[in-house]
Amino acid sequence: MTEDVIRTRGLTKRFGSVLAVDDVSLDVRQGDRYGFLGPNGSGKTTTVRLLLGLVFATSGTVELMGARMPGPGRAALADIGALIEGPAAYGHLSARANLALLDAAGPGGGRRTRRRRVDAALEQVGLDGVGRRPVKAFSLGMRGRLGLAGALLRTPRLLVLDEPTNGLDPQGIREVRDLLLELNRAGTTLFLSSHLLSEIESICTRVAVLQQGRVVAQDDVAAMRAPTGRVLVRTPDADLAVATLDGRVEHRDDDLIVVRHPSPPELAALLVGRGVRLTELREERRTLEEVVLALTGPGSDRVATRGHPS
Amino acid sequence: MIVVELSKVFRRPRTWVTIGLLCLLPTVVAVFLAVTDLAPRPGEGPAFLSAVLANGALFPAAALGIVLPLFLPVAVAVIAGDAVAGEASGGTLRYLLVRPVGRTRLLFAKLVSVMAFLVVAVTAVAGTAYVIGTRLFVPQPGSPAEVVTGLSGSTLSPAQLAWRTVLVILFISWSMLGVAAVALFLSTLTDSPLGAALGALAVLVTSQVLVTLDAAGSVKEYLPTRYWLAWVDFFRDPILWHDVRNGVVVQGAYAAVLLGLAWANFTTRDITT
Repeated sequence: MTEDVIRTRGLTKRFGSVLAVDDVSLDVRQGDRYGFLGPNGSGKTTTVRLLLGLVFATSGTVELMGARMPGPGRAALADIGALIEGPAAYGHLSARANLALLDAAGPGGGRRTRRRRVDAALEQVGLDGVGRRPVKAFSLGMRGRLGLAGALLRTPRLLVLDEPTNGLDPQGIREVRDLLLELNRAGTTLFLSSHLLSEIESICTRVAVLQQGRVVAQDDVAAMRAPTGRVLVRTPDADLAVATLDGRVEHRDDDLIVVRHPSPPELAALLVGRGVRLTELREERRTLEEVVLALTGPGSDRVATRGHPS
Repeated sequence: MIVVELSKVFRRPRTWVTIGLLCLLPTVVAVFLAVTDLAPRPGEGPAFLSAVLANGALFPAAALGIVLPLFLPVAVAVIAGDAVAGEASGGTLRYLLVRPVGRTRLLFAKLVSVMAFLVVAVTAVAGTAYVIGTRLFVPQPGSPAEVVTGLSGSTLSPAQLAWRTVLVILFISWSMLGVAAVALFLSTLTDSPLGAALGALAVLVTSQVLVTLDAAGSVKEYLPTRYWLAWVDFFRDPILWHDVRNGVVVQGAYAAVLLGLAWANFTTRDITT
């Protein structure tokens, strides 16, 4: 049986006259790699804060591992590692000292094994060599790694990460992605909030898309990226192929033709049967980016006056 | 959590710089006094300074009198104002709360660490002053062991002086509780540590002004700084308890109300930093 590790129903948050989160209902299942997408200012971070009990809901409910937040669900926070809107640390202390303080602050976790937990977390994020240097001397990428190390202390069951690769170089992004996938294989549920579509696409199996505080889609990535009904064919015998498929060719660009056809294998068999040599033949799927942009429209931090007909 | 907060306060270089500066001011005063031998006349200037020249053992009390009106409240306002707002503006507050650390527990630990800072700072000032005072102001040979305080001619034995100084340390620490509570309350309201500290100081300055104002006589008894100087009464013989008692009650009342407000605000507030 799979348990919902995060479940919200009708979650709504109003700051004064601003409706930041509007009737959000999410289901994150045990073992999910869940992506929480949306443009800047769409309410992702406020939702994350609502989930973790930092911000109190105007209406609606949050359950973490089956327990209501805030309230009984607070105990579940001990099993959750979080990175919220960028890392934060005490600048005058070393990475090790910062993690030790964080480890000592929460419940559980004995003093004698603290050193081992801190070392393990630093090693996981590749910071085991930083020694006693104070955090204020860290680069943006190192701070990001330290924030992640803080989230990984005490092997959480659920990771709630808001923009986890912010400030990392391509190498670092790859390392973090591999680490997250490895943790997920070992049973950790991932909840990644990001506006970086490629990041979500390369990690997540399920996504919710937020737009102006409302969930406009929640589905498996595979379902969202359903075939478009077109097939891309690259062939040196393009003329022959076009003649064979007369009427179904939507577009031709030199040796690449776009064909409307429901079944790529049948199309391949048909073309090969007529003696068309194939370099490449693949089903066209929309990228997550296209899906999401179609759902969300222009960037919401664009401040443009809408044209009114006069 | 208390251990975590204490280690945060006492591992901060700023804490020790503050305590160092608090100890430095009376030391400077002592050096000038010792070099020039020019004491303020009795009844003028900070309490006890005129009596210190005769016996340095009284200098801890005099030193506390020097830092009490301004330096100590400023230091307390800065540390307490930073307690919550500093974590909020630095972003570490959200990580503490999702560990999770209960908000009530966090606030209590913050209060304890501010009080610990106070006791350490006041004790450090008194300790430094004792060392400096007894080195610089050696009593004339043959003079009696009793210390003349300069207050209504009372004299105290060295043992009396010692335990009364301890009482003074406790009373002054307690007197700062009001400032600490104001600053801590403001610290839960704003995300700016500076704003919280300045707000607390504004309250203090207002109170100091009103205390000297006859027109404000009706509210005088309830002002937070009204009984700050009551610690002087510990050096009378016998001790005059009246003002000391009132001071303890007034500070306790301010602390209770403001800490209650701080708690009510902090436990229901949205953390958006």
